[in-house]
Amino acid sequence: MALKYSSITKKIIMALAGLFLISFLIVHLSINLLILKNDGREAFNLAAHFMVTNPLIQAMQWVLFGGFIIHILVGTVLQIQNWMARPTRYKVEGYSHTSFFSKFMIHTGAIILAFLVLHLINFFFRAKFGEMPEIMIGDKQYEDMGLLVIEKFKSLPYVLMYIFWLLFLGFHLDHAFHSALQSLGLNHNKYTPAAFGLSRALAILIAGGFILIPLIIYIS
Amino acid sequence: MDLTLKIWRQKNATSKGKFVTYKVTGISPNSSFLEMMDILNEGLVVKGEDPVAFDHDCREGICGACSMYINGRPHGPDKAITTCQLHMRKFKDGDTIVIEPWRARPFPVLKDLIVDRTAFDKIIQAGGYISVNTGGIPDANAIPIPRASAELSMDAAACIGCGACVAACKNASAMLFVSAKVSQFALLPQGKPEAAERVQAMVAEMDRLGFGNCTNTGACEAECPKEISISNIARMNREFLSAKVGAQIPKEQAGGF
Repeated sequence: MALKYSSITKKIIMALAGLFLISFLIVHLSINLLILKNDGREAFNLAAHFMVTNPLIQAMQWVLFGGFIIHILVGTVLQIQNWMARPTRYKVEGYSHTSFFSKFMIHTGAIILAFLVLHLINFFFRAKFGEMPEIMIGDKQYEDMGLLVIEKFKSLPYVLMYIFWLLFLGFHLDHAFHSALQSLGLNHNKYTPAAFGLSRALAILIAGGFILIPLIIYIS
Repeated sequence: MDLTLKIWRQKNATSKGKFVTYKVTGISPNSSFLEMMDILNEGLVVKGEDPVAFDHDCREGICGACSMYINGRPHGPDKAITTCQLHMRKFKDGDTIVIEPWRARPFPVLKDLIVDRTAFDKIIQAGGYISVNTGGIPDANAIPIPRASAELSMDAAACIGCGACVAACKNASAMLFVSAKVSQFALLPQGKPEAAERVQAMVAEMDRLGFGNCTNTGACEAECPKEISISNIARMNREFLSAKVGAQIPKEQAGGF
């Protein structure tokens, strides 16, 4: 199916899925940052509980899986076509003055995907199907997701691995937002430079925000 | 100037090519790159060797014939020029220069540095024109055209179809070329009646020929000798999207996505 779509249609699908994934990252990050609050993990665990019990969020979870799968599959199809379009490579590879990370989206994407599998095993599947510690908040019992996170990030290899992973997420995001707008046909003398700035800001804020969490937990 | 040249030599479309190293001496920094190639070829002819084949015609940057990938850049190390406009003063004495043909599946090498760019003609044939009756010269101001549209259309029409965008793109995508050709008509009233059909037909032909996809790196724009902007690609994406979802076309003509 994806093979028969035109190149532009595939790019539009990539852009829409990508923008949706950025919105997911923002939600994910804002919840994660609650763990840094000094309240005995209360706010974070309540938010985590809300995320796993709210029916709307549960429905969105499937949309999110769909978004990931579409972004990965269509991206792979596009990349294979791109490689096929140049069967003989140059002796001196492209020296053109363009954004550095834009040339390595498939590579940064592959690294993100590899660690994503590990990340899901560490937290998502554990929370869904595994044994969870419990915590009392008020007079009700909740799963202590926060403890799970803190235990993981007390080990240096994990912290380093997450920082490495999240750096590549940042590299990927550097060529994400403005590129999606361009694919959707949104290019304007006045707003496109702003979109470039916003794209870089999102990359730094999202990757930086996520990196802060294992870093602060490990140090404190 | 004394230079070492590493040039792709390939006898014909079916043979396997290889890089051959040549030395040229006493090159004036004021000579053009193609003049330097001419000097090399004269030497090869005297020695009874086959001269290096390369495309060239007007030698003033307007025909789009010259097509060399020099040290990792189409048309060499300068901005907004074609290879024929490149001068040897851009290099240093003793430099090694690697010269390759455009590399893309739809641009097969015919001989040495000459590639077959018929693929671009096929894209134009698919829709890069307007259908009008010939006849007397129409009155210049019969159709009012906003100045901004006329300017943008002329900017897009500056494309000489050299293929540097395809050569520069890491995906060998022809989006900049096709978008310039789509834009020059889409911006003008004369191009509007066929705009929806045109963009779909030209994109379909581009895909069929096996060009890569656009990943918005902007390498094409950086290397284009006519400085065609990638805002044209965004315009083509808009035109394509609105043609697919919004244009009123008879049911039997409507294609898939």
